Amino acid sequence: MATVVTTVRRSFGTHWYAWAMVLPVVIVLAVLVGYPLGKGVYLSFTDANEANVARTIGVNHIEATYKSVGLDNYWKVLSGQEGHFYSRLGWTVVWTASCVFLHYTLGLGLALLLNRPMRFRALYRVLLILPWAVPAFVATFSWRLMFNEKYGVLNAFLTKLGMDPVDWLGDATLQKVSAVAVNVWLGVPFMMVAILGGLQSIPRELHEAAEMDGATPWQRFRHVTLPGLKSVSGTVILLGVIWTFNMFQVIYLLIGQGASSESEILVTYAYRLAFQGVRDYAGSATYGILILSLLLVFAVFYRRMLTRQEAVR
Amino acid sequence: MRRGISVAAVVGVLALTATACGGDGGGGNDGAKAASDPGSVSGTVTWWDTSDATNEAPAFKKLVSAFEQKYPKIKVEYVNVPFDQAQQKFKTAAATGKGAPDVLRSDVGWTPGFAQLGYLKDLTGTPALDKPEDFLEGPLKNAAYQGKTYGVPQVTDTLGLLYNKELFRKAGVDKPPATWQEVKDAALKIKEKTGAEGIGLSPDSYYSLPFLYGEKSDMVDVAKKKITISSAASRKGIETAVDLVKSGAAPKPAGTDGYNALKTDFKNGKLAMLLDGPWATKEIFGGDAYKSKDNLGISAVPAGSTGTAGAPVGGHNLVVYAGSKNFDASYLFTRFMTDTAQQEQASTGVGVLPTRKSAYTKDVLADPVRSAYHQALSKAHPRPAIPQGGDLFTDWLQHYTKILTLKEEPKAGLDATAKAWQSALLKDYGIEE
Repeated sequence: MATVVTTVRRSFGTHWYAWAMVLPVVIVLAVLVGYPLGKGVYLSFTDANEANVARTIGVNHIEATYKSVGLDNYWKVLSGQEGHFYSRLGWTVVWTASCVFLHYTLGLGLALLLNRPMRFRALYRVLLILPWAVPAFVATFSWRLMFNEKYGVLNAFLTKLGMDPVDWLGDATLQKVSAVAVNVWLGVPFMMVAILGGLQSIPRELHEAAEMDGATPWQRFRHVTLPGLKSVSGTVILLGVIWTFNMFQVIYLLIGQGASSESEILVTYAYRLAFQGVRDYAGSATYGILILSLLLVFAVFYRRMLTRQEAVR
Repeated sequence: MRRGISVAAVVGVLALTATACGGDGGGGNDGAKAASDPGSVSGTVTWWDTSDATNEAPAFKKLVSAFEQKYPKIKVEYVNVPFDQAQQKFKTAAATGKGAPDVLRSDVGWTPGFAQLGYLKDLTGTPALDKPEDFLEGPLKNAAYQGKTYGVPQVTDTLGLLYNKELFRKAGVDKPPATWQEVKDAALKIKEKTGAEGIGLSPDSYYSLPFLYGEKSDMVDVAKKKITISSAASRKGIETAVDLVKSGAAPKPAGTDGYNALKTDFKNGKLAMLLDGPWATKEIFGGDAYKSKDNLGISAVPAGSTGTAGAPVGGHNLVVYAGSKNFDASYLFTRFMTDTAQQEQASTGVGVLPTRKSAYTKDVLADPVRSAYHQALSKAHPRPAIPQGGDLFTDWLQHYTKILTLKEEPKAGLDATAKAWQSALLKDYGIEE
């Protein structure tokens, strides 16, 4: 014990400057991340809602009357009593998987195209990055107008071709397809740019050598390009999963805040709990912690899988 | 080490100054001065106005400057807050006690909920509520919660049946339909003779209420503590609406933005009838079909099979935040804005309906739209004055949209709505079969 204290003291004595430099960041992180997270965990063990938390209304201070309920909230959600968790989780997983799959494959395709020498390459790159530069809510609202059943451009096009107009955002299945389409449109540019960077870091000689050895284009892609992209791909897919899992704007703004019960993902549902009716702080916090845990578990396993693959090679 | 300490000291000093700034109030008291000596009241009132920023707000801003002229010692901080964000914004500000306005223009559906959470000042007997007997009964009831009045009605509205007179004439329909059966007959006739669609039914749940009231039912029965949305009578009303869609008398509404699409069609003469409130008329008069304002007919909402007709009472109250630092000035402001003269001015300027009987003057009623809605108000139905009143529509909206777009059977949707209400909002209520 005493040795630990001495070690700490000695390390502080020599590195106090580093500690001082780090201190502001630590404080900011503690205030902006640590405190809300701790509060969220705490609230998820209580039955707190808008009517029973402490509040200050002018000169009146109303005392908190909520109480601890232990793991009750988690039990209600996980045992299916609360009724919405598993259906939402199922759709959230489908949504994340399909979006990230399309993001990655389309991004890879475009990056391969743009990586070859061609005329106006810079122009294409700029044009393809545009969807990413538009704020997500602006893009979502424009898509919403295009999907409009009566006055949207998509249905105008379909009727021109002699087909029946489609209720894009009204039907539960089509709603989901539309949402995926919008999110793919929004997310592909990022993947494209990231993969393009990865492609450019693969030494040219590797391709040339493979070509010399008589490898077909597919063999070159399979054995030179893909392995060369591994570290970039691993990171962007992990990021993509986390972002898409929590992609609030597209779902909430595209499908609307009303008639969207089946197409809600976990985060939009947690938002509804927190901001609808008498605000259910406890329920919303429970969902938040569950979402965080799911993503943490995913990230840990994913990283482990990547390192294991590295080790095999 | 010394440098580290001084950084901490600076941070500490900054934090202290920041909190010190928040504590300053000024001239606040209990409202006695507003009654005895209004001229001596001074200070600032922050008002969150939720009216439409382009169409309505300029008229209200004019009233605010008139107030400042009358009470030169009081300054009004005018803030226009978009209607669809105001409820959440106020709740957040009110709960933390920081940044909430002194006076808010609150939808009638929000008022009981705010009152239950303790955010509002009881205005019963205060100078804010001047001559309560002069207010229309429906709006005043909508401002009350558990026998106390928490808001002063500022404007009121209700739904009416808007119709295109030219299309009616072309199809040979000589009078506006008075029951849903007549609506169906007229709509089909118009569709056959003119090619225009019959009646627009918005998939927004608020517009389902006339169908419930027409069967003498409602969403809930507060006195009996019963959820009545899934009762046989309610189902009959909703089935009437579905029948209008199925028979082709009403076009199938779009699931998203359905209301706006219908309004656009009505504006352009592609739709003969629309159920809507006075707030929509300004936009409708901008449409091609209503270049001559005479072409727009307005009558009361049609009756159901019981022969009674009813439309919901909507509108807005001015409410005073319980944590206001200056009740005197807030009361005076609330009272001024809801006085007969100001209501009259707002009504002729914006087209909204006054809440005071004495404000229905000749000038106000000279406008055919206002006089038609004034008549419709006599058949209007106050909404349940329970804290959950505003939230009932959220669950119901999801199912009503599905029912009306023929994606769900009425019974299944109504039962699911009743269950959702009982499990989340009305835990101590029973469900009436």
